[in-house]
Amino acid sequence: MDLGIAFGRVAFVMLFVLNVGGLLTWVERKQSAIMQDRIGANRASIFGLRLMGLFHPLADAIKMLTKEDFRPARADRFLFTLAPFVSVFFALAAFASIPFGDTLHLAGREIPLQAITLNVGILYVFAMLSLGVYGVMMAGWSSANNFALLGGQRAAALMISAEIAIGASIMGVIMVYGSLNMQDIVRGQGEPLLPRVFGAWIPAWGILTQPLAFLLFLTAGIAATKRIPFDMPEGESEIIGYFIEYSGMKFGMFAMADFLESVVIAGMTTALFLGGWQVPYLTAGGFQFPWGWTLGLPHLLVVLLQVSAFVLKVSAMIFVLMLIRWTLPRFRYDQAMRLGWLGLFPLSIANIVVTGLILLVGRS
Amino acid sequence: MRLGQRFYVVEVVAGLALTAHHFFRNMGRHIAHALGRTDVKGAVTVQYPEEHRPYSPRLRSLHRLVRREDGSPRCVACMMCETVCPARCIYIVADEHPNPEIEKVPARFDIDLGKCVFCGYCVEACPEDAIRMDTGILEFSSYSRTGMIYTKEMLLSLEPASPDGRPTSPVPIPAGRRP
Repeated sequence: MDLGIAFGRVAFVMLFVLNVGGLLTWVERKQSAIMQDRIGANRASIFGLRLMGLFHPLADAIKMLTKEDFRPARADRFLFTLAPFVSVFFALAAFASIPFGDTLHLAGREIPLQAITLNVGILYVFAMLSLGVYGVMMAGWSSANNFALLGGQRAAALMISAEIAIGASIMGVIMVYGSLNMQDIVRGQGEPLLPRVFGAWIPAWGILTQPLAFLLFLTAGIAATKRIPFDMPEGESEIIGYFIEYSGMKFGMFAMADFLESVVIAGMTTALFLGGWQVPYLTAGGFQFPWGWTLGLPHLLVVLLQVSAFVLKVSAMIFVLMLIRWTLPRFRYDQAMRLGWLGLFPLSIANIVVTGLILLVGRS
Repeated sequence: MRLGQRFYVVEVVAGLALTAHHFFRNMGRHIAHALGRTDVKGAVTVQYPEEHRPYSPRLRSLHRLVRREDGSPRCVACMMCETVCPARCIYIVADEHPNPEIEKVPARFDIDLGKCVFCGYCVEACPEDAIRMDTGILEFSSYSRTGMIYTKEMLLSLEPASPDGRPTSPVPIPAGRRP
């Protein structure tokens, strides 16, 4: 029974991330089209049914699965095959410790709505995100192609410069909420930001307590997804990048890993800065509005509201990520490095110092 | 460079505001279109096989041979078009015409559209106004080279395009069009 519950939690997260990741190919096409006054891919049909091009991801998958799976003669057979799996695996695993709801009380059991409950969950996500770069580096190295190697190297350089900024910007959040457990951080974001004034209060979401960290994390997070404006490892216009020798579904897995990483970054941003599953003024017993209204709700409905709030916030975040991807031109390699090391990194260190000072003053 | 540009954030937000404005405006128009306001369009693109942009009246499209009142070709097989053709895609075999007032008549008049460059010199060179390029037909691709060769009968069967540039006669199908 416990095993079943654990399996169910993992399955929920897996299916959520995989499906959203698959759907993102459609979202990317359609959103970019609508932003650019176009219609977007809408021709794939089943018996004349088009459904706004929703069958295109399906058609893509069929195409990629039936394509020739080519491997260069001088490529390292083992690493070449392993690389896309590593990429996808760590992208999928990273979402596991992001909480998608509060504890669910069902039939006398307490079910934490999180695939795995870790008290260092934030470090886990961070670790999985950085391990993802191994897939890219393996792909670049094992392809026996100079452009692929260059792409792999760039990916490693970009990852290091982005992840230092991610880690340092998260530090401020950890200091404010005093925990490495993502569930505790999300719970902390349900508390009032400032002392209540006549009962009025605003929840202490991370974007309000750590606005600079939010900007830095978002920028570094986009860099970690390796998508435009930080597509140096891929560099469509100069080197084709680490997956130049890949074809068929192996290439598809790299493309999917990018989308999955977008979902993970959106999930992390939601959990750390947008209040996670918190609905403003929704407590365990129902709504308690600051102007005095109360609305009692059954426990299941509260949990359902929280999970939908999480999904909604992640979707909104994905929209923003896509908007950025289709608005900004790409950085040159040296510009991205300069931004990472001379922009994001010092700023996030400064953020830690300022946050520490404010916390110190506030406590004394 | 202004300070705001150096720190990216202001300019990035301005850019995002522009693209987001386009997104939400077009999304609203798409929804209005789906709800029955068919005059509102969310995109500026033309859905090509179903919709066509209007063609210019000067458009040079598939050739046609102009007919006399009795239905025979107006062409007198003078070979002017065959001579002027830079792509050498016209092939004419002349024949006697039963009417002694008319000099000749083409027994064969083939145009290989796989070679044709649509320069319109044949139309300009023709002394009898017997060949024109005003059918409005542009979609005559083929799986084979023989499928691009249009014979006299096919060219004679064509009508000029309607004033909006749309073809009025069906596209003739040469033998060998299908794979």
